[in-house]
Amino acid sequence: MSEWTPNLIVFACNWCTYQGADLAGSLRYDYPSNVKIIRVPCSGRVEPEFVVEAFKKGADGVFIGGCHPGDCHYKEGNYKAIRRFDLLKRILIDMGIEKERFQLEWISGSEGKRFAEAMNAFEKNVRELGPCKVKEGV
Amino acid sequence: MADKKLRLAVLMAGACGGCDMAIVDISETLVDVLPSLEVVFWAPTVADVKYKDLEAMPDKSVDVGLISGMIRLSEHEHMSKVMRAKCNVVVAYGACASMGGIPGMANMHTKEDIFQTAYFDTFSTDNPDGITPQPSYLMDGKYDLTLPEFYPYVRPIQSVIDVDYFIGGCPPHHSVVLNALVAILKGELPPKGSWITNGKAVCDVCPRNPRNTDEKREIVKEVRRTIDGDPDENKCLLQQGYMCLGPITQGDCGALCTKVNIPCAGCGGPIPGVKDFGLRAISAIASILDNEELVNQIPSPVKLFYRYSLPSSLLGKKVKKV
Repeated sequence: MSEWTPNLIVFACNWCTYQGADLAGSLRYDYPSNVKIIRVPCSGRVEPEFVVEAFKKGADGVFIGGCHPGDCHYKEGNYKAIRRFDLLKRILIDMGIEKERFQLEWISGSEGKRFAEAMNAFEKNVRELGPCKVKEGV
Repeated sequence: MADKKLRLAVLMAGACGGCDMAIVDISETLVDVLPSLEVVFWAPTVADVKYKDLEAMPDKSVDVGLISGMIRLSEHEHMSKVMRAKCNVVVAYGACASMGGIPGMANMHTKEDIFQTAYFDTFSTDNPDGITPQPSYLMDGKYDLTLPEFYPYVRPIQSVIDVDYFIGGCPPHHSVVLNALVAILKGELPPKGSWITNGKAVCDVCPRNPRNTDEKREIVKEVRRTIDGDPDENKCLLQQGYMCLGPITQGDCGALCTKVNIPCAGCGGPIPGVKDFGLRAISAIASILDNEELVNQIPSPVKLFYRYSLPSSLLGKKVKKV
């Protein structure tokens, strides 16, 4: 049996984090190949359902990337994102999902290196935790 | 339909009896409807029929079956399956049946935790021999006694059988029950698998809604609990900082709670299009708060947002102990 690799989902905001990921590629920075990036218009578009559904469908970690505060293309999308994420975080921790499995970061379009570093760190954290235990609901 | 009576069966699974009371609450109107109804089974609460009587009926011989309550015991699962076999239309009736309800919050704890508390730890427990309920027991070497099995988690009805319609509410308002019965009698039912609802949110029918009072909607600047003092009786509860779940709850109740100054707790079930009540509640509540600090002031978020719907949520139960 081959070694287990974590299944990582990244919701990347079109205007910042997705551009950052692009830049990481152009600059030839290494980040894990098991990172699956889903482009969304804004981090404020990421509903809590998306995160939980990802876990339910087999993700071991979910990462949301958005613009730095004040930089949102839609002015306040990332402020909504951080409130929702903070509340979701409390619920997921109460429900028994480790807090290292979900993360919200601000990565701008010029931070290709930072994107690669964040992915490497995230992959490492999740790998240490092992497979996520979210199975079928009751 | 006039010459043929509608055959009705009502089962109480893991419920408190409130849903049965809601049917009785139709009162005089029920008397009007009764000539066109034949109650063939209503157990274990109202009619003097036994489980075996329902089991003995021919399959598909009952027109409508209402099931109230969730699935916690093997008895509930077995009887729900019997109901499915005997009834043409099965309705998950009330918050427990359709979402898991208040008992669903037990999914934050394991069966072992619950037994430990109930049979050992509570102050009033006197259990020196450490006995817990067993599914079967041979008494005096000859009497084979059985109890239903206690399942590890609470489940809503649709996780064990196909459900045709859902009715929310804890208990459902008797007018909804009546509307459902009349719709069934007239044969005017919505597509299979849908909720029997007017499709409006509690906010839509709430007299406090800023839209209805011509006030400007403000951002929420504090989080308050009802123990912090009585809310202003005319102003929107959310605007005052009380965690009211009206925006995402079906308003078939006519906003009964907010009319008496109590924030909506979400018993009516999710408005159409919402897959996971609690997660949508996070979206709705978090985006109207003024800042991140307020988020941390919301007490016990899982049991606030999933008060009635934890077993039917995407996660369904606590993943593991941390």
